[in-house]
Amino acid sequence: MLTAKSVARRRFTAWLSAFALAAILPLNAARAASIPVAVAANFTAPAKELAANFQLATGNTLVLSFGASGAFFTQIGQGAPFEIFLSADSARPKKLVESGLGVGGSEFTYATGKLVLWSATPGLVDSQGKVLSDGKFAHLAIAAPKSAPYGEAAIETMKALNVYDQLQSRIVVGESINQAYQFTASGSAELGFVAYSQVIKSKKGSEWLVPQNLYKPITQDAVLLKTGENDPAAQAFLAYLKTPAALKIIRSYGYVTAP
Amino acid sequence: MWPAVALSLELATVTTCVLLLLGVPLAWALVRANSWWGEAVSALVALPIVLPPTVIGFYLLILLGPHGPLAPILAHFGLRTLAFSFPGLVIGSVIYSLPFMVQPVRNAFRELGPAPWEAALTLRARPLDAFFAVALPLAQGGIITGTILAFAHTLGEFGVVLMIGGDIPGRTEVLSIVIFNDVDTMQWGQAGVLAGGMALFSFAVVLVTFLAEKRMARLRA
Repeated sequence: MLTAKSVARRRFTAWLSAFALAAILPLNAARAASIPVAVAANFTAPAKELAANFQLATGNTLVLSFGASGAFFTQIGQGAPFEIFLSADSARPKKLVESGLGVGGSEFTYATGKLVLWSATPGLVDSQGKVLSDGKFAHLAIAAPKSAPYGEAAIETMKALNVYDQLQSRIVVGESINQAYQFTASGSAELGFVAYSQVIKSKKGSEWLVPQNLYKPITQDAVLLKTGENDPAAQAFLAYLKTPAALKIIRSYGYVTAP
Repeated sequence: MWPAVALSLELATVTTCVLLLLGVPLAWALVRANSWWGEAVSALVALPIVLPPTVIGFYLLILLGPHGPLAPILAHFGLRTLAFSFPGLVIGSVIYSLPFMVQPVRNAFRELGPAPWEAALTLRARPLDAFFAVALPLAQGGIITGTILAFAHTLGEFGVVLMIGGDIPGRTEVLSIVIFNDVDTMQWGQAGVLAGGMALFSFAVVLVTFLAEKRMARLRA
């Protein structure tokens, strides 16, 4: 016999199924494409702005994942479903093409990044970076040198300045440049080598833009992955990255772009 | 790789010792507390089981950081922050592994019931003596289980350390972080050795715990 209670329960179950369906269906419905993109952490802010503009112009959405370039490289090698990889170096996109995971000839440099020594404390970092050898600080944050090119550049800089040995015990490592920035911004580490793009829009703290002769240029390459080879939306986004409008956004974050 | 193994073992040992000192009395107090706040504290202690490590890591960053509530105390010792330090990891691990110590001990105390305790008091034992001479020995099964679980859980800790550790070799770079870095940088040989070791060790720990519990149950029957 149907009691009022069991009717109510059945109705509830029906509603629940309807909700579950509603949650799944839009994923399958054919609408404007959504493109999964792996983005090197240093490019987080510009990538969000570029994605918003691209979506406005084309209706295609980008699903952005942020992390260390090395981590993405491994994940893509294991079949991660990214269609585009915006790396923080040129070596990894090249390797992906060589191993057949990237589309040959699709790599290009979308930005050249700059390294900055930064502190959330005003006046701590001087305009010559002398704080590295003279300053009193307990922790210096960098990104993981093996998987994040900005971390590698930080090590190169310290070695070029002959301060690496004396600083080694004070280095703390973030798994990506975003964590290195967080360590520094929160004040947990007084100093940090971060990406210029992370601090250029805020007027807080103190910084020293590291001269380019102290580290190898951070040439950041994009590559179309095999999974996106036949996706016109993915190709359109890569083409968009080369337009003057996109280049203007990228430069506004302190990157150098090809003229 | 070996410094990380040693550091993980050290962290797990120190954490387990702190947890024995903290967790056993806490479990006892929770069983004795006959009011709603006892349940509330129990729920609070159990939270790390269901909370993501990132939530705990986030609060620890605030708590241990240079602008946190502990900062004035730390300043007395000439420290700005406990993040990126071994003591910081111990604090994080104690919070994260607390339920793994407290739950089994609490269950053991609860299973005893009030009878042995009351008998001891009737025989004019002082409460402290009754605790050490009666309650503790009778609950040893739960204490052993809690010790093993807390140790193993701390050894395998990852998320909290990733958020507050800063990956310093010899100080905060523990086993699980080395595995993470190895996978990120395609050093899968070493990752395989460490992961295999962890899996084997964890299996052994869980197996020993199960066998010990079975034996205890048989002894009791």
